[in-house]
Amino acid sequence: MDFNLNLDFSSQKKSESVRENSLYDLLIIGSGPAGLNAALYAKRKGLEVAILSVKMGGQVLDTSSVENYLGIQGATGESLVHDFISHVNTLAVPIIKDESVKSIEKIEDQFQLTLGNGAVYKSKALIVATGSKPRQLGVKGEAEYSGRGVAYCAICDGPLFEGRDVIIAGGGNSAVEAAIDLSKIAKTVTLVHRSQLRADQIVIDKLNSAENVKIHLETQITEVVGENLVTGVNAVDKKTNETLFIPAEGVFVEIGYLPNNELVKDLVSLNESGEIIVNAQNETSLKGLYAAGDVTDTPYKQIVIAASEGAKAALSANDYINHL
Amino acid sequence: MAILNAQLRAQLGEVFSEMKKEVTLAVFTKEGECNTCTETVAFMEEIESLNDKIHLKKFDLNADAEKAKAFEVSMVPSIVLLNDQEDYLGIKFNGIPAGHEINSFIPGILEVAGVGEALPESLSSELATLTKPVNIKVFVTLSCPHCAGAVQKAHKLALESPFINAEMVEAQTFGELSNKFNVSSVPKIVINDQYEFVGNQPLDVFLEEIRKTQS
Repeated sequence: MDFNLNLDFSSQKKSESVRENSLYDLLIIGSGPAGLNAALYAKRKGLEVAILSVKMGGQVLDTSSVENYLGIQGATGESLVHDFISHVNTLAVPIIKDESVKSIEKIEDQFQLTLGNGAVYKSKALIVATGSKPRQLGVKGEAEYSGRGVAYCAICDGPLFEGRDVIIAGGGNSAVEAAIDLSKIAKTVTLVHRSQLRADQIVIDKLNSAENVKIHLETQITEVVGENLVTGVNAVDKKTNETLFIPAEGVFVEIGYLPNNELVKDLVSLNESGEIIVNAQNETSLKGLYAAGDVTDTPYKQIVIAASEGAKAALSANDYINHL
Repeated sequence: MAILNAQLRAQLGEVFSEMKKEVTLAVFTKEGECNTCTETVAFMEEIESLNDKIHLKKFDLNADAEKAKAFEVSMVPSIVLLNDQEDYLGIKFNGIPAGHEINSFIPGILEVAGVGEALPESLSSELATLTKPVNIKVFVTLSCPHCAGAVQKAHKLALESPFINAEMVEAQTFGELSNKFNVSSVPKIVINDQYEFVGNQPLDVFLEEIRKTQS
């Protein structure tokens, strides 16, 4: 029997409460690597800072193993994130958990954030580190069968497909790693990707050694098919233009991410992909509003990059606040 | 054979030292046809041994049918958390709360032991207006990192309102029930067997669905 105890109990322990209606130096929206590192740097600079979070730890929580964070030789996403959180907790940064920010307004030099429950929080500067969410295939049947065979978290939903046939859509590291994990549980795994694999070679080698894995490259999924539950996908082989039906009870979509930009899309400039445009100081087009991590146009969505961008955003915000 | 290793025992011992009130774990099993019952009981015995304020009571689903009915237990293994008066508070775990679910089980014990964060006032005042029974099932897998969060929220709501009962359901142990509700993504939350959503959503999403049961 395994236990994945999270006993810094960060999500349990009372963190300092965030004061409504008083003026903070800096509020940070998001508690992934970018938001947490921003909080660490800001607090150490002496700023009055607080975090507003929907999901403590962010997406790293859903990563089964992290092997490319310098100094950490293989950890689960969860244990890494809990180390981040306990580090931030040593500085007693107030955190609001499980509440979503509904709107942001800038009134003169102040930011005003309204939560889903109506509470209002104010600050001089703001860091948006809201991360990203799984990108969808955007094909017929996907939404209909979401939660009925179409899944977006392989480590969560994998056990439900024990001994069954599953499809992984995607060709990056997350897709290939999901395929490796699922090959240990499922009867067969079919990886379907519209172009060539772009995962790290070290991961691809691991995939190739699994016996129950089939790979279809240059193959585009066109429809998720089912009857109440998923029965398979229709796809087109782009080399031959032939259509094929791949039977499966589960379709795991691992095709990258979309930025969580809903809160700020009318406040700051976004690029064509909907990512917040930031400069080297992590400034956005709105003065006093900084952004960091996967929600920005900074290339390469990596834990170590998000964390360092968070640090930069906090230092920039500190300079800004000191010159107000 | 010890289920918890020394490090885990030490960590849990420390966490439990904050308990303010007694808690009873009522564990239901039955003879035969229960793959994880023996393991579950052994796990609970170890938890009991970690703090004097934790008590274990073992029941059989059939032999103690009356208790099972009172605690709304219909599947095994099932763990019901009772307070210092041994009252049923409407929270339970169906299936062994191992893997990531230890992160809903331990907080559950702590909540009942009087160590927990209060719900926001706006929420408790709305819960006070409930008049009809609400059952929340949270389907989980033991490898799901954010499922425990959804279980914790459901249990917190149940502790706040006498009209709500909330239960974790380990999807693999209870495959038939999971199939009945088409569980293929977790956490899947099913309210009064009728309203459902997927994911560890904020409390206001739970509330939204709960409201539908009151009309």
